Amino acid sequence: MLSLEEGGFALFLVLLAFACLIVAGKTFDQVMAFHASVGALIAAGGVFYIFKNYFDDGGVQIPQEIDGKPNYNLGPIKFGAVAAMFWGIAGFTVGLIIALQLAYPALNFDLPWTNFGRLRPLHTSAVIFAFGGNVLLATSMYVVQRTSRARMPGKILPWFVIVGYNVFILIAGTGYLLGVTQSKEYAEPEWYADLWLTIVWVAYLLLFLGTIWKRKEPHIYVANWFYLAFIVTIAMLHITNNLAVPVSIYSTQSVIVWSGVQDAMVQWWYGHNAVGFFLTAGFLAIMYYFVPKRAERPVYSYRLSIVHFWALIFIYIWAGPHHLHYTALPQWASTLGATFSIILWMPSWGGMINGLMTLSGAWDKLRTDPVLRMMVVSVAFYGMSTFEGPLMSLRAVNSLSHYTDWTIGHVHSGALGWVGYISFGALYCLVPWLWNKKSLYSLKLVDWHFWVSTIGIVLYITAMWVSGIMQGLMWRAYDSLGFLEYSFIETVEAMHPFYVVRALGGALFVIGALIMAYNLWMTVRYGEAEEAEAAPTGSLAAAE
Amino acid sequence: MADTHKKEVDKLSGIETTGHEWDGLKELNNPLPKWWLYTFYATIAWAVVYWVLYPSWPLVSTYTKGVLGSSQRAEAVAAYEDGIAARSVFGDRIVDATLEDINADQELQQFAMAAGQAAFGDNCAACHGAGGTGFEGYPNLQDDTWLWGGTLEDIHYTLLHGIRVANDEARFGDMPAYADIFSKEEIAQVANYVGSKVGLEPEAGVDLAAGEQLYLDNCAACHGDDLNGMQEVGAPNLNSANYLYGKSIEAIASQVANPRNGVMPGWKDRLEPATIKSLAIYVHSFGGGQ
Repeated sequence: MLSLEEGGFALFLVLLAFACLIVAGKTFDQVMAFHASVGALIAAGGVFYIFKNYFDDGGVQIPQEIDGKPNYNLGPIKFGAVAAMFWGIAGFTVGLIIALQLAYPALNFDLPWTNFGRLRPLHTSAVIFAFGGNVLLATSMYVVQRTSRARMPGKILPWFVIVGYNVFILIAGTGYLLGVTQSKEYAEPEWYADLWLTIVWVAYLLLFLGTIWKRKEPHIYVANWFYLAFIVTIAMLHITNNLAVPVSIYSTQSVIVWSGVQDAMVQWWYGHNAVGFFLTAGFLAIMYYFVPKRAERPVYSYRLSIVHFWALIFIYIWAGPHHLHYTALPQWASTLGATFSIILWMPSWGGMINGLMTLSGAWDKLRTDPVLRMMVVSVAFYGMSTFEGPLMSLRAVNSLSHYTDWTIGHVHSGALGWVGYISFGALYCLVPWLWNKKSLYSLKLVDWHFWVSTIGIVLYITAMWVSGIMQGLMWRAYDSLGFLEYSFIETVEAMHPFYVVRALGGALFVIGALIMAYNLWMTVRYGEAEEAEAAPTGSLAAAE
Repeated sequence: MADTHKKEVDKLSGIETTGHEWDGLKELNNPLPKWWLYTFYATIAWAVVYWVLYPSWPLVSTYTKGVLGSSQRAEAVAAYEDGIAARSVFGDRIVDATLEDINADQELQQFAMAAGQAAFGDNCAACHGAGGTGFEGYPNLQDDTWLWGGTLEDIHYTLLHGIRVANDEARFGDMPAYADIFSKEEIAQVANYVGSKVGLEPEAGVDLAAGEQLYLDNCAACHGDDLNGMQEVGAPNLNSANYLYGKSIEAIASQVANPRNGVMPGWKDRLEPATIKSLAIYVHSFGGGQ
């Protein structure tokens, strides 16, 4: 007998497929016709999968436990890990292409699809939402199951979440290339993609909460607080920032309900908290599980984790206006944004301290374990970016840094160093665990990945710091008679060598990711199988 | 409640754990680092001081203004007005002086050059190049070839009113497209004739005498019997070394058939009079001015 869950999903997908077919048939918009057709095909594929699965296994219930051990659901996590690696390489490569376009504009090829304006959101969305998002989904599903000692609820639900999320990525990414955008930075997908993501995200929240609900542990592990904060806040940000009225149900276009400076403020409330809750809270959750796990050490301070968690959650949400200094935004809002950014400094560093101090007593492992080294360097980059950010949020500093490459350098020290490295570290841990292998195919290759991409990151951020500060100084340089010293084109010309160095740094980062993909592939394909779960080791003794 | 926890002591640090365990993960019961906590308090204190000093918290219909009375908008307007005032001393003198007077007064000339350079970079460089050396189709301002005249007055007039734009005072000259008037053979004849007179190798078998006759009947009115052109109508001097659209028989034939009558905007309504005068001084100084 088909379960309520299977029947419900099948019905929903059938209705969705029909709705997509109607839109595809009646639309006047070619991109909408394409996207609706893709939607119809995938929804129909989903229905087919549900019934095939049902007839294959005869509708038996999946056991929650086997031999008294939780029967963890790993399939969707494997899917997420592979998708993360795929999107990561795609996103880094597009980043390299646009870096080269800035140095050599001829590489735009005068084609609409390869123009910087379309490839730039493709890059940012691919690295943040496709790569980062899949890492977050995969690790959160793994961590919440293991630390709750419970299987994720549902048979279809976990697959709906992970596949549905990747369908969103597909619709958003192809939309950019075909010129569909609502022109909000980091929220470019149009209304129908946003609506789909909302459905998937609510399913994700239910899946996560359901697992916590089923937990066999008395307490909820700190990583799960961070994951939950990330899921709940992203839902709130996504919905508020994307409130829009479609021109027609057959059109890819929509009109945002916010206007003027309110729109700008909502956009950067969203934009900054996407950094705070997607790229910080979510990846701190990864840090809180994978660093102590890999170091085989207890987390440094439970109290610090509580205090910095609540401080981070409460304060981050205020910092958005620092993206709008010296604009139509009222000065009071800009002041509040800057001061809360400064207050945010220590709550951010709480995560760094807890990450780094967890290593105390295990620092020697950095010599022998490049995976742990990668994660520790990641936490160091996190500390650096979260020190630099509050600094840049001050109006006086911002008047020099804003609109320059300094911002790009700052973002990439966080993106490549923190988010990139903690994700790589987590994937290096996760792949052998998921595919039941003793260890990675080659630690030597991890070492190569580490060094090649570290040199890449350093080249990238130093080039952007120098060119950004130079650019800012050139823009504001006056001669003795009160005239601007440089024309705009002279500043562009001066930045060319730094653009070349930045592209070189990006190329090294891409090469590092390719080494990683090869290593993970070889691990899955040829790695030696794990026999039995190793006995827990460590240096803990029972207290009196 | 604490009794239900299995607290342990970490052998390496001697610190107790909280007694919780998840998937082999435990937590030490370390206190908050002191420096961390005090720095956190210090940032909050700093923020409070900042809120007292500057506009910060929104109220129902207004906001806290801050004791310093700071206003970003007022500061920006004041800085803008200061800049205008500082420049107006020289600016007013430039408006009143003739172009020759400006060049004769070292102080004024220096100011005009600085103003001209800044304005050139932002308004002219996109077409004429950062150094004024131009591109194909966009005149080089460094050479001594001038379509509409290279004196201070000529340059100033061109800057003010523009070339072939919707403006009664704009420079205007319209070369007809001979693709509609001549046969292909005639275009080749006239192009080869002009080429032969300005040092290009004419193509074999083209009737140059016929070309000369066509030139005298159709082109000489503007470009002159001796090919020296006429600046009043912007007819280029064909004896010049500098051809805007390329110096070759092929390029000349193309220009005869379908001339590209280039345009330049007038700046009278976009820039201040002092700035336009300064631009004239600056462009004239490039070396090609007459």
